[in-house]
Amino acid sequence: MADKRTTVDDIVGELESGMTIGIGGWGSRRKPMSFIRALCRSDLTDLTVVAYGGPDVGLLCATGKVRKVVCGFVTLDSIALDPHWRAARQHGQVEVMEVDEGMFFQGLQAAAWRVPFLPTRAGLGSDVLRINPDLKLVRSPYGADSPYLRDEADADVELVAMPALHLDAAVVHTNRADTAGNGQILSPDAFFDPLFLGAADRRFVTTEKVVANGALVDEGPLSGVVIHRLLTDGVAEAPGGAHFTANPPDYGRDEAFQKEYAAAAGDAAEWEAFAQRYVFVGDDEYRAHVDERVAS
Amino acid sequence: MSDSPEFGCTRAESCVIACAEVWRDAGEVMVSPFGTIPALGARLAKLTFSPDLVLTDGEAALMVGAPPISAKPAELVREAAMPYRTVFDVVWSGRRNMMMMASQIDRTGNQNISAIGNHAQPKVQLVGVRGAPGNSVNHPTSYWVPDHTVRTFVEQVDVVSGVGYERAAAAGPGATRFHDIQRVVSNLGVFDFETEGRTMRLRSFHPGVSVDDIVAATSFALVIPDDAAETRLPTPEELDLLRTVLDPKALRDREIKS
Repeated sequence: MADKRTTVDDIVGELESGMTIGIGGWGSRRKPMSFIRALCRSDLTDLTVVAYGGPDVGLLCATGKVRKVVCGFVTLDSIALDPHWRAARQHGQVEVMEVDEGMFFQGLQAAAWRVPFLPTRAGLGSDVLRINPDLKLVRSPYGADSPYLRDEADADVELVAMPALHLDAAVVHTNRADTAGNGQILSPDAFFDPLFLGAADRRFVTTEKVVANGALVDEGPLSGVVIHRLLTDGVAEAPGGAHFTANPPDYGRDEAFQKEYAAAAGDAAEWEAFAQRYVFVGDDEYRAHVDERVAS
Repeated sequence: MSDSPEFGCTRAESCVIACAEVWRDAGEVMVSPFGTIPALGARLAKLTFSPDLVLTDGEAALMVGAPPISAKPAELVREAAMPYRTVFDVVWSGRRNMMMMASQIDRTGNQNISAIGNHAQPKVQLVGVRGAPGNSVNHPTSYWVPDHTVRTFVEQVDVVSGVGYERAAAAGPGATRFHDIQRVVSNLGVFDFETEGRTMRLRSFHPGVSVDDIVAATSFALVIPDDAAETRLPTPEELDLLRTVLDPKALRDREIKS
């Protein structure tokens, strides 16, 4: 059996400028931040980022990696908006494909199921269709004479055809994984991580801890292994790799750190100092700086 | 805010009652309130006249009962898992009755939480459309606006996130079949769309607020019925539940300015 272990830097090494990259997690929860920092350190640029957005989107905007973001929101949860995202948008520095968060889910699902679109009511009547003029409607082929029609309001009904959101690569962060590429989520919500991987050509899991194949049952229930190895190409161990976002039961959100991250965005010199200390550094140095910060 | 002896309750408490009333007779549906006051309203409704309401823990589970608003996660009793993947199943099944916030709301019930100004390069970037487009065409939806001004109650919102009546009708049966914008609750009053033209109507004004106050804080022409009444006062039982059980730390007072 293939040993899929790799490193965060090697994952970045497999990516290219201009790619469309899906990031797992939701808001400021279980984001693959170790990978995001590695991406910020790289010379990649012009990326399209597809995410239930949090500080992953903010950091990539702040470091000039992003051409376009596909999202339904960008939030830090306990802080309503990521300030870097706000600044990038208000200065017109990034394109956005903003859709309903359920449409987003259907786009990933369509890609994972290899169909060109999935129909939905979500988006009808809203400005999501105005601000994304390439989005199309689809008319149901089931009319009033169809034996399958349940309600006449749905005869020939027009719905949004949410297009498949194909990803060149996707990266998610789990609580545990094994060497074969199975990923285990011990926190209460898997979000859409399996779907991000399903929608992608190159699929990577970063994780708190890699165990031997077959040993995930010792870490938690098998029902939490929602990422099976058919969905993964590489697994990188990155302890603390979701910091400062929430990753229970391993750790909660580092609210004090998140506040500092958000506050630093307000001033160019402050942000430069923050980035030198907490963004453009490897994981060991990052952890040392975070520990020093707590100690001081 | 201190007690107003004149009415026996504070403005925040009137707002909680107005929110609770949104879920009267709602039945066994998932309530997902955004904001402290809607969350209190949902809990109060569940403890009194709408016991079948299904509340979430704000994370990924349904919770038993209606615990105090400041209860810590470890103190909650959970009854079922409700991860986001499952939330969409509930949204699209219609078994939900939601109250979202609105940065802008307009005459026909469009809501904006996406951006102020031109969407391509906003003057002010907001959180994003989130689930508002899908919520508003799939299940009953109401809105909570803690700062009712001419900047929040506008003639036409900048980016239609939650869909109002006129836009839903224009989009056709796919949008209208389950569309139901029920109420808008603000710090000044309660509004609905139960008019012939499905435009916003004053339903009640909170104690201490005049119709003129509301008209002056609204950018468009509200329908003002002759029988517009004061928002009902809390019962002594409701007030006691609110003050001693659900919100003894008065977090409700932090959400509104007046």
